Amino acid sequence: MLYSEKVMDHFRNPRNVGEIEDADGIGQVGNAKCGDIMRMYIKVDKQSQTITDVKFMTFGCGSAIATSSIATEMIKGQKIEDALKLSNQAVVEALGGLPTHKIHCSVLAEEAVKAAVKDYYDKNGIEYDCSLYAPNNCVCQHN
Amino acid sequence: MIYLDNAGTTKVDSKVLESMLPFFSDIYGNASSLHSSGQVAKEHLEEARQKIASVLNANADEIYFTSGGSESDNWAIASACKFGALKGKKHIITSAIEHHAVLHTLDEMKKQGFTITYLPVYENGIVKVEDLKNAITNDTCLVTIMFANNEIGTIQPIKEIGKVCRENNIIFHTDAVQAIGHIKIDVDDMNIDMLSLSAHKFHGPKGIGALYCRKQTPLFNLIYGGAQEKNRRAGTENLAGIVGMANALEIANEEIEKVSNHETILRDKLFNELSKIPHSKINGDKENRLPNNFNMCFEGIEGESLLLLLDDYGIQASSGSACTSGSLDPSHVLLALGLPHEVAHGSLRLTLSKYTTKEEIDKTISAVNDVVKLLRKMSPVWDELQKGERNHVI
Repeated sequence: MLYSEKVMDHFRNPRNVGEIEDADGIGQVGNAKCGDIMRMYIKVDKQSQTITDVKFMTFGCGSAIATSSIATEMIKGQKIEDALKLSNQAVVEALGGLPTHKIHCSVLAEEAVKAAVKDYYDKNGIEYDCSLYAPNNCVCQHN
Repeated sequence: MIYLDNAGTTKVDSKVLESMLPFFSDIYGNASSLHSSGQVAKEHLEEARQKIASVLNANADEIYFTSGGSESDNWAIASACKFGALKGKKHIITSAIEHHAVLHTLDEMKKQGFTITYLPVYENGIVKVEDLKNAITNDTCLVTIMFANNEIGTIQPIKEIGKVCRENNIIFHTDAVQAIGHIKIDVDDMNIDMLSLSAHKFHGPKGIGALYCRKQTPLFNLIYGGAQEKNRRAGTENLAGIVGMANALEIANEEIEKVSNHETILRDKLFNELSKIPHSKINGDKENRLPNNFNMCFEGIEGESLLLLLDDYGIQASSGSACTSGSLDPSHVLLALGLPHEVAHGSLRLTLSKYTTKEEIDKTISAVNDVVKLLRKMSPVWDELQKGERNHVI
């Protein structure tokens, strides 16, 4: 099999698919030319800085859909600072592994979460450390 | 299971399988041995060679058994190049949509100092003979252009290409792996010097193929050793495979019109019904293609997801997308048609056989509709297209 059972489960039954109309942050990464785009919506409780809801939409292969799905599960209910710690390795491990040439999907999932948080920070005038974000998603003054 | 990947490989015809079995038990002699077991094997070997030659309108001594299409392609190209180099000619003409067995062999030839011209195929997936004429130089030693494409099924003007090559005294090789057994081929009438074929594409066994090489065309050794294949490819023959291939080809050739009509009706049903999906596109010429080949793109979705979900419906399909092979690039064939990357990622290839039924096609039409809808619903690309934030390409 190309994929683990866990990957196939998240691909066949993706969790948290869809959009949040009044999202507090939306992040989109990847490009159609390469064959993968992930978009992530988050809803944030401002007092506790907790991600109360998360949804995703993905254009891409089986592992792109599965990594987005599991990433939403991993950050839902988490404090933002914890969600930002989500690494692509953690996504890969949670899925029981990915084929080598699909590892980039897990990187996209990590980047999508960060892009959504960054959008939330931008919209709310919250300052943040640019180094926490992938270069493509962070146009800070130093660039 | 609904098997719609017959361009990938086919089921062995039960009559073919039956004809092969004695060669694992009773008739196991080595065709090179002088004793009677060996001579019986030799008779079957030569009978198989004659059957294949007859289908192609060739002579039996122009048929060389190989392990399959890739080996035949490698051999033909390497041999023609060796001959070209001896005469100081180091230019090859091919098409942009060849199988990798040809393209990667040509990459190797490039390293050996050959220059390659890749003829374009335009939106319909077919080369223009005019382009070939313009590409020929005094240095051209080989033209290698596939008979029919493995992804989009388009059929090239082989007879005309062969005629131009003949007039210019250039060796013409064609990879006919997808075409043979599906459309009639006459190597004499079509001016073909070398032709590759593989048994498992026409309900024969895997691991066996042949190279047709015209008597007047030079053919250098591939494997050194025994005297098999006129000293050019040593090694004890895979007699069961060879007999299976010959019988499979004979059956395919006898059934060609009946099967072609059957497949064309079912394929056109797929095209007609699935073209109703908005923002979809048929890839390659609709008429001038193999009767069993369906290939379409659906905007806003990616091919691998489509395949995996169809597999859940019991449908075994294929995609032009190279996603599963570890590359981020979509199919070179679809890109050669001028499709942008993002659309080429969303391709679906369904290839039929004589065993495909109308019920299977009806189920497939329904499943593809469901899966495309489901994937578009979760696709940010489709969302942007719907909202007018991105322009439709198809």
